[in-house]
Amino acid sequence: MSELTHLTLADARDMLRAKKVSSSELTRAFVAAMERARMLNAFVTETRDRALEMAKASDERIWRGDARPLEGLPVAIKDLFCTKGVRTTAGSRILGNFIPPYESTVSQNLWDAGAVMLGKTNMDEFAMGSSNETSYFKPAINPWRARDSNENLVPGGSSGGSAAAVAASLCLGATGTDTGGSIRQPAALSGIVGVKPTYGRCSRWGIVAFASSLDQAGPMTRTVRDAAIMLSHMASVDEKDSTSVDMPVPDYEDGLEGGVSGLRIGIPKEYRLQGAPPEIDALWQQGAYWLRAQGAEIVDVSLPHTKYALPAYYIVAPAEASSNLARYDGVRYGHRAEGSHDLVDLYEHSRSQGFGAEVKRRVLIGTYVLSAGYYDAYYTRAQKVRTLIKRDFERAWEKCDALLTPATPGPAFPVGRKSNDPVSMYLNDVFTVTVNLAGLPAISVPVGLTENGLPLGLQVIGKTFDEATALRVGRSIELAANFTDRPRSWWMA
Amino acid sequence: MSERASKYIRGATGDWEIVVGMEVHAQVLSNAKLFSGAATVFGAEPNSQVSFVDAGMPGMLPVINRKCVEQAIRTGLGLKAKINRRSVFDRKNYFYPDLPAGYQISQYKQPIVGEGEVTIDLRGGETRRVGIERLHLEQDAGKSLHDQHPDYSYVDLNRAGVALMEIVTKPDMRGSEEAAAFLRKLRSIVRYLGTCDGNMDEGSMRADVNVSVRRPGEPLGTRCEIKNVNSMRFIVQAVEYEARRQVDILESGGTIRQETRLFDSRAGETRSMRSKEEAHDYRYFPDPDLLPLELDEAWIEDIASSLPELPDEKKTRFMEIGLSAYDAAVLVGEKETADYFEAMVTEGAEPKAAANWLNNEVFGRLNKAGLSVVTSPVSPSQNAAILQLLSDNVISGKIAKDLLDIVWSEGGDPRAHVDAKGMRQVTDTSMIERAVDAVIAANPDKAERVKTKPKLAGWLVGQVMKETGGKANPQAVNDVLRTRLGITHEG
Repeated sequence: MSELTHLTLADARDMLRAKKVSSSELTRAFVAAMERARMLNAFVTETRDRALEMAKASDERIWRGDARPLEGLPVAIKDLFCTKGVRTTAGSRILGNFIPPYESTVSQNLWDAGAVMLGKTNMDEFAMGSSNETSYFKPAINPWRARDSNENLVPGGSSGGSAAAVAASLCLGATGTDTGGSIRQPAALSGIVGVKPTYGRCSRWGIVAFASSLDQAGPMTRTVRDAAIMLSHMASVDEKDSTSVDMPVPDYEDGLEGGVSGLRIGIPKEYRLQGAPPEIDALWQQGAYWLRAQGAEIVDVSLPHTKYALPAYYIVAPAEASSNLARYDGVRYGHRAEGSHDLVDLYEHSRSQGFGAEVKRRVLIGTYVLSAGYYDAYYTRAQKVRTLIKRDFERAWEKCDALLTPATPGPAFPVGRKSNDPVSMYLNDVFTVTVNLAGLPAISVPVGLTENGLPLGLQVIGKTFDEATALRVGRSIELAANFTDRPRSWWMA
Repeated sequence: MSERASKYIRGATGDWEIVVGMEVHAQVLSNAKLFSGAATVFGAEPNSQVSFVDAGMPGMLPVINRKCVEQAIRTGLGLKAKINRRSVFDRKNYFYPDLPAGYQISQYKQPIVGEGEVTIDLRGGETRRVGIERLHLEQDAGKSLHDQHPDYSYVDLNRAGVALMEIVTKPDMRGSEEAAAFLRKLRSIVRYLGTCDGNMDEGSMRADVNVSVRRPGEPLGTRCEIKNVNSMRFIVQAVEYEARRQVDILESGGTIRQETRLFDSRAGETRSMRSKEEAHDYRYFPDPDLLPLELDEAWIEDIASSLPELPDEKKTRFMEIGLSAYDAAVLVGEKETADYFEAMVTEGAEPKAAANWLNNEVFGRLNKAGLSVVTSPVSPSQNAAILQLLSDNVISGKIAKDLLDIVWSEGGDPRAHVDAKGMRQVTDTSMIERAVDAVIAANPDKAERVKTKPKLAGWLVGQVMKETGGKANPQAVNDVLRTRLGITHEG
């Protein structure tokens, strides 16, 4: 059974097509793995019965010769995507027992392509966090542990449950969402691949909104090829999302092995952080070396406004969140406080009971920066910074075709280490937020282990709607890095 | 009330000028809401016209309804206003149960329509220009129901998300009559355009009225905003009450506090809702779920070329065919009335006579019967036929009114009624002479007196008309009578 769960999505697909294995067998293997890995708390809701039903239907299609591109492949869905008839929590208490009567466009696209749903993965509350510790359902745990240590580490966040589930081989792939790094950072900390597509590539319809101008869904998988396959069947223009873009979605798997010969890869000097572990810098240089060795030209570029990205992000994202989260008021659905005397009471109690500390912090920040008298000093200036950051990238594209940076400033850290220090927590996103502010696609690829045996990743940033190049570069790094390490299966019940 | 009395208000220390500006919320005529596909029919079962978007469900996104944008552009063109090629939707944030998302999508800094103007029609055919500041699109909120249960309030979201046009004027109106005249004209324009049904009873059109007073010639005073005034009559009452209240405060040495007030139509008074200091901070910011609205030049031109003739143009045209400014303004107020009038003219009625006939005979009867020109039992061509019979001297004015009543209740061709019922007026002189002679013979005393006091001839004419069953031509009777009695000129 364990061999089945260690298959890549691409290999599982090929075996299903060749009828070497059935979707039901595959799905049962993952369900069993999922049930034995509850210690990891990767799932908020397991949908065993639905998974087995979907697998059965897929097997029938496969036997009829009617298989769709992802037919019978078990995946997990971040609990931010609304799933029809299946509780959707956004990692929060305030949604209570909310069961959506509709299916998000991205998950629907996956089901339409034949994928099988294993369950809903844990996450930071409303996708606000970098460690999965803000989840109302307790944090997901990283399958990786430092060498000779039994200490629980965070899987990163906010898509920490998805990252843990993929890293522990509890699913072939999972969906994530990335507002400031929420796919790429947990991917890097969990030793897997994560792709944040161009803003507008995947529909946001049916995804619980955090920061609407930054949120973007993407795949989290064990290989670049798997990410390419999944993304091809997540992305679509959607008339229900005005910000989705009508651009043909290529078959990302096709050009994957094209190599990097002749590509110009930019190294932005502003991403060299003071005080970052030397391992990070060494790995970055190693990555550049690998690409040069495969025929890429390495060029130095400058993204001068990078240092303003994190502060700008922590104005724009909370501002939008403060408004997006206003609908959780205890009136129509979700958690409602008992014993309220009047309307204001009902709002105050429902929201103070329903939201966790980090969400409250961001709602307060967001409300503050949008307030009369402060709006121009904060929100307007942050938007200007955003424009400048976009311009930085546009200038860089004159010199290169993709950028190579570290994915995170460090490896996975112990549960509890940063949870009382928001600023140090926010710094986790320092290499990833610029990409969200500029709306660009980027991929995080695992490349090696720290001295302590914890995975680290590199990030490749592509031009707008050029996920294909970012994936191709990512694939080249993956080939060179030959990262085959797996976490020890200490969690098996 | 004279023009002067309505523009000014007399205080203990002299005259004060009443200054009025307005924010009108006009519900866009469209089958679907501004950002969702839900229906917009008035009076449906509570919460039967609510989509997941309207209910503020998690993950739902707004998508602009093209029809609503078109209606806003059409209205802007009808207000002779600047259409902004680029406009932006903003979120206006506040908590209330009838606002499911916790914010209203509106347009704040960059509205779809800029400055324009409306010409209002005043008594005596006078007109006046009222400047339009802007028009923007926004969502309506739902409705809280507080009277359904002793312990709970209920919310009906049918209206939540319905498209509204907020039309903001400059402070260009003086007094309550002009305020009412503005709203009447605006209503007329949007109804001509087909962009709003103007049904104030159903809340499709509601006005927030800003009132201030000042000494004539002085700068504008501090204003108070009266929320949600929903009839022409209430606007007059609210403006007058509010102006009087402000004058009383100023004359007793007080100052006006800028505030929002509500109009209590039962008490006929305005009451404070909240002061400027208590005003909400709405934390407006551009809605990241919606792209800026960019309008295509060709589309605007298309809409412009499909605009109907509007009341002002129609009024000018009616005046060119002989109507007074007053009659023309009355007839163009409702498009259906103007159409009815024009149909009569097309059927051959003389315009001035048609206008008088409608104003004096037809409208009164319709009002009394609770009907409108659209549901009138008498058609324009039937009316035109009656007027034709009158101008051809086939019937008298008196008979024409009788004929209208007959056609009203029985229908049919007026000419046929005249023939069948023998209503044709008598112009046969010998028959009239016989009738006149008979009346003189029967009333010798009166005939004698008329010889010296010709003004009394009317009574005798009446007798002759009676004798002939009203069918004699009154002018012919008069002529014969005067000849017989030897009256040569008007005495």
